[in-house]
Amino acid sequence: MKALVAVKRVVDHNVHVHIKPDGSAVETAGVKMSVNPFDEIAIEAALRLKESGAVSEIVAVTLGEAASQDVLRHALAMGVDRAVLVEAHGELQPLGVAKLLQAVVAREAPQLVLLGKQAIDDDAGQVGQMLAARLGVGQGTFASVLTVEGGEVRVVREVDGGTETVALKLPAVITADLRLAEPRFVKLPNLMMAKKKPIDTIAADSLGVDYAPRLKQLKLAEPPQRAPGVKVGSVAELVQKLREAKVV
Amino acid sequence: MSVLILAEHDGRQLKQATRQAVGAAQAWGAPVDLLLLGSDTATVAADAATVAGVARVLRVDAPHLAHPLAEDVANVIANLARDYKVVLAAHTAFAKSALPRAAALLDVAMVADAVAITAPNTYVRPMYAGNVHATVQNDEPIQLLTVRATAFAAAGSGGAATVTTLAAPAPSELARWVDESRSVSDRPELASARVVISGGRSLGERFEAVLGPLAQQLGGALGATRAAVDAGFAPNDIQVGQTGTVVAPELYIAAGVSGAAQHLAGMKDSKVIVAINLDPDAAIFQVADYGLVADLFEAVPQLTAALKN
Ligand SMILES: Cc1cc2nc3c(=O)[nH]c(=O)nc-3n(C[C@H](O)[C@H](O)[C@H](O)COP(=O)(O)OP(=O)(O)OC[C@H]3O[C@@H](n4cnc5c(N)ncnc54)[C@H](O)[C@@H]3O)c2cc1C
Repeated sequence: MKALVAVKRVVDHNVHVHIKPDGSAVETAGVKMSVNPFDEIAIEAALRLKESGAVSEIVAVTLGEAASQDVLRHALAMGVDRAVLVEAHGELQPLGVAKLLQAVVAREAPQLVLLGKQAIDDDAGQVGQMLAARLGVGQGTFASVLTVEGGEVRVVREVDGGTETVALKLPAVITADLRLAEPRFVKLPNLMMAKKKPIDTIAADSLGVDYAPRLKQLKLAEPPQRAPGVKVGSVAELVQKLREAKVV
Repeated sequence: MSVLILAEHDGRQLKQATRQAVGAAQAWGAPVDLLLLGSDTATVAADAATVAGVARVLRVDAPHLAHPLAEDVANVIANLARDYKVVLAAHTAFAKSALPRAAALLDVAMVADAVAITAPNTYVRPMYAGNVHATVQNDEPIQLLTVRATAFAAAGSGGAATVTTLAAPAPSELARWVDESRSVSDRPELASARVVISGGRSLGERFEAVLGPLAQQLGGALGATRAAVDAGFAPNDIQVGQTGTVVAPELYIAAGVSGAAQHLAGMKDSKVIVAINLDPDAAIFQVADYGLVADLFEAVPQLTAALKN
């Protein structure tokens, strides 16, 4: 069984982002970029399915500029078998991404598509669901446990107030939540080896898909700041303040 | 043309978040319909009909909707949506699964987690763990969005909506509900609690023992950092933050919480924030109204005791 893992290149989660002075975008020049942490969890989950024998081949795919190759190298270093870059320029939005991924699925015919539950840059959390809809297959969002058995995939999902288990017919789309897997540490020799592996490149425009952005981003701004608070010297003083504020 | 809201309920009552979504929908000044899916929904339909500002409750009732799956919910929404200008829901796990799927079926983009509606097609939404607020304009013929419930006032009661029953489509058969495990607690629901007491990794095995009595005293819910959840000290469904639950209670007490951006994203709209931390330079103090530099293992029990008097 083949698995496809979609990965996104995002500003590293440790970076404090800055908005460009004209409010048009977040500054990414000279900023550390990484694999979206949830996608890294999805890669790890796929690798474990391969190690358990449920999956035979893992293909990683990303969409974007040539620079996005670095997240594919990371996926290769983690242990995926092949990597595909869908080279696209300009802004990509969830619906367009789902359409491009659908075209890649048509070529690769995976039984499982895995991706993160959200990207930590736009925090939109839509691509997996949109892709599943377009493929007409079941979706296991916010997955924390995955098991493949008897032509089905069982997914324990993180939902509000607990978990829920669903069984999906294959093929299916899974979006990874935090507890699905702890990504393995990439060893330097693996990274060096991954540098030499070929990456298939497909021009997005050759896929016959309309992926133009639909939403207009008018401006970016910092959220309103909270008024500065005070430090209190003791628990008694804290209680007094809370009583004055009428919250206890 | 009116607004359709995907309702969420526990089989008896609407969730508070759905009432807040109804509040958000007032931005369009158009009639609001509530879409209620489930099995045996007569009681909750009666509750929904009393929500102020709701014109119609559309009830889709079938045994296979007892545990509604996104595949089925999205089909229902996509079938109805063409009669609406706006389809929205609170940004819950349920809606986050179903709405993007419906959007793709309709071939329209959607806006996730709107914290403000500034024009009938223009929204403010957080990105980058809440460090950036983007204003986005959506020119799609149907506006699909989820809203951050805590950013909107809940609709009150006193409405008298009509209840209409619609036929349920056959199950998609792509997915099958197997079972669920919901945490049972006599504490209020985290997302809508008036008071939230949150703890970090430093609480260790004593998470519940130290924070539980304070939550009890204040009638609050417990919250946790991801580090506390990862370490197994707190259950996952109480994680507060960018990738957990977003809360905005009247009082948020953060004990031993460092204040990473991903945590702040989920609580910094709380009305009053208290931070108790050993480290005077902890980032949490930058958002706290009242900061106490202290060992939480001493300060939290003292606070609990002081509030009893
Ligand atoms: C993609 C991604 C998503 C994430 N999503 C979330 C999220 O949704 N929610 C979330 O919370 N985190 C999230 N995180 C993790 C986040 O970045 C932080 O690692 C986490 O919030 C830190 O938790 P903590 O404060 O418990 O632990 P630590 O960072 O270890 O901090 C412990 C704090 O406790 C204090 N302390 C220690 N002992 C005591 C004592 N005896 N008394 C008082 N204070 C004490 C220390 O001074 C310190 O400030 C995410 C991270 C990533 C990469």
